[in-house]
Amino acid sequence: MSAAAETRLPDARWRPAEVAFWLAAVAVIFLFPGHLVLGSQVLITALFALSLDLILGYAGIVSLGHAAMFGAGAYTAGLLARHGWGEPLSGLVAAAAAGAAIAWATSFIAVRGGDLTRLMVTLGIGLMLYEAANQAASLTGGVDGLSDMAVRDLLGVFPFDLAGRTAYVYSLAVLFALFLVCRRIVRSPFGLSLRGIRDGARRMPAIGSPVRRRLIAIYTVSGAIAGVAGALLAQTTQFVGLEVLGFARSADLLIMLVLGGPGWLYGGLIGAAVFMIAQSQLSSLNPVYWQFWLGLFLVAMVFAARGGVVGAVAAARERLLRGVHR
Amino acid sequence: MLTSLPGVLFDGVAYGSLLFLISIGLSVTMGLMRFINLAHGAFAMLGGYVCVVGMTRLGVPFLAMLPAAFLVAAAFGAVLERVLYRRLYRRSPLDQVLFSLGLTLMSVAGATYVWGSGQQPVHLPAFLLGQVRVLGVDLGVYRLFLVLLVAGIAAALALLVRKTRFGARIRASVDDAQASAGLGINVTRVFSVTFTLGSGLAGLGGALAIDVLGLDPTFPLKYLVYFLLVVVVGGAGSIAGTLAASLLLGVFDVSGKYYVPAVGAFVIYAMMVLLLLLFPGGLRRSVR
Repeated sequence: MSAAAETRLPDARWRPAEVAFWLAAVAVIFLFPGHLVLGSQVLITALFALSLDLILGYAGIVSLGHAAMFGAGAYTAGLLARHGWGEPLSGLVAAAAAGAAIAWATSFIAVRGGDLTRLMVTLGIGLMLYEAANQAASLTGGVDGLSDMAVRDLLGVFPFDLAGRTAYVYSLAVLFALFLVCRRIVRSPFGLSLRGIRDGARRMPAIGSPVRRRLIAIYTVSGAIAGVAGALLAQTTQFVGLEVLGFARSADLLIMLVLGGPGWLYGGLIGAAVFMIAQSQLSSLNPVYWQFWLGLFLVAMVFAARGGVVGAVAAARERLLRGVHR
Repeated sequence: MLTSLPGVLFDGVAYGSLLFLISIGLSVTMGLMRFINLAHGAFAMLGGYVCVVGMTRLGVPFLAMLPAAFLVAAAFGAVLERVLYRRLYRRSPLDQVLFSLGLTLMSVAGATYVWGSGQQPVHLPAFLLGQVRVLGVDLGVYRLFLVLLVAGIAAALALLVRKTRFGARIRASVDDAQASAGLGINVTRVFSVTFTLGSGLAGLGGALAIDVLGLDPTFPLKYLVYFLLVVVVGGAGSIAGTLAASLLLGVFDVSGKYYVPAVGAFVIYAMMVLLLLLFPGGLRRSVR
């Protein structure tokens, strides 16, 4: 993008490709009715990746512990459903509050310092929550996980079915609603100031931008969205395991976002879809192979293709346009 | 089994010396090039497997396999540094994290493929087994051997860094790589050599650690936090800082798990976050 375009607020018109993307997500319900369980998992992970994109792609905060907020949301919704409050939508709200609370409380230490300090602090916070959930087995079920939930019918009408149809539609609706919120955020002056902080944190105070407050704000919003994603997982699978807080979840999330391309909102969604579909295909062959190819792919990507899938498409488009104009 | 306080402390010191041996290479390379290398534990794991394979397949005694573990891990480090790492020094921390994470995943999968996912056994020679009584405290012979060996290596490293010309180049490069390059120091070569040495020491540490930390393919991920913690708390690039941080961490972790098992690893993670907040530049820098 040119420098002149960066100084204007990005325009909010919907491009045809965006509309096609969401129509395709709806079409999955009718085209692949047998794969909706995996589909809803993809959507939930996509929402989680969207929340990381807000802080990594836009504000430039590298996090290795984003699962902390995801897990907080999952346990909140799970515990509510287990102890008699099975209404899904209010469960989402409670989970968002939990995710936001954890994010806000830890943001004061997570947004300090350079990339290395941030990496270590977010990693440490994630591990602390994991250990806390592990030790508080009477509450969380520890390594056995949390089950026996009674999630009520969605809106009192649609029960969660085994084929995952309700789960898919529910996840898609929540993802789309929160995507609209994110889209609005990153196209606002606030979103633009985040990009300014990402690209030049030292200069932003000079034009009167309260860097620290902005970072804390976006970190909290991101935590709320991650909490909702965790709650969706808990409600649609009716189970919360310790791995919702695990390091692997944070690391995989980072990989997905980078695979899709951070800083475009769609990058996280596409990355999550590609990653999870590839994982379900390859790890059914052998989980070890999957890990090996994933690692090799990461190394190759760092050397060859930066910006992920969306970045590559955008670069190709730019080249094409330049060719046409010339 | 009830262990006395000095016994627990000694176990912590032995554990800490292992952490030091494995982390020192990471610390120096991080201090030199600000390279975030999450794959450092993979070199330790490689050393461990070299040791096990040499002992079980070839029947080589334990002590003779230790130098072999050092050499193989060092050779691997040298090649990887030359082929891959070198190209990423100027890239963003995110790129470095992704690259080294990818390398770690490959090493975990590779080790599972070759050696299986189980714990590997190590048969220590008879003279390293059992206990000896020193000043009224029962100490494990192997742990005593560990502490003495690591103390020797730490002293040798300190001499290398303080007294030799090469050590002076390392110190200069850690303090200011650009100015050192301007003075005619070949910083890239200094880095290659330290990376190789660091990988070798990690390999040696991995071989020595089999009996204490265990050895299975998840080793690089399981102890990743500990290595990073040692480096961040000790201050990247400092031998004394790394040693202090390793011993502190070892003693805290062992006594924490022994006296308050309900809290478990929580102590370590909480300590890490707290220390990062109090000393953003590492213990040594803050004292200076």
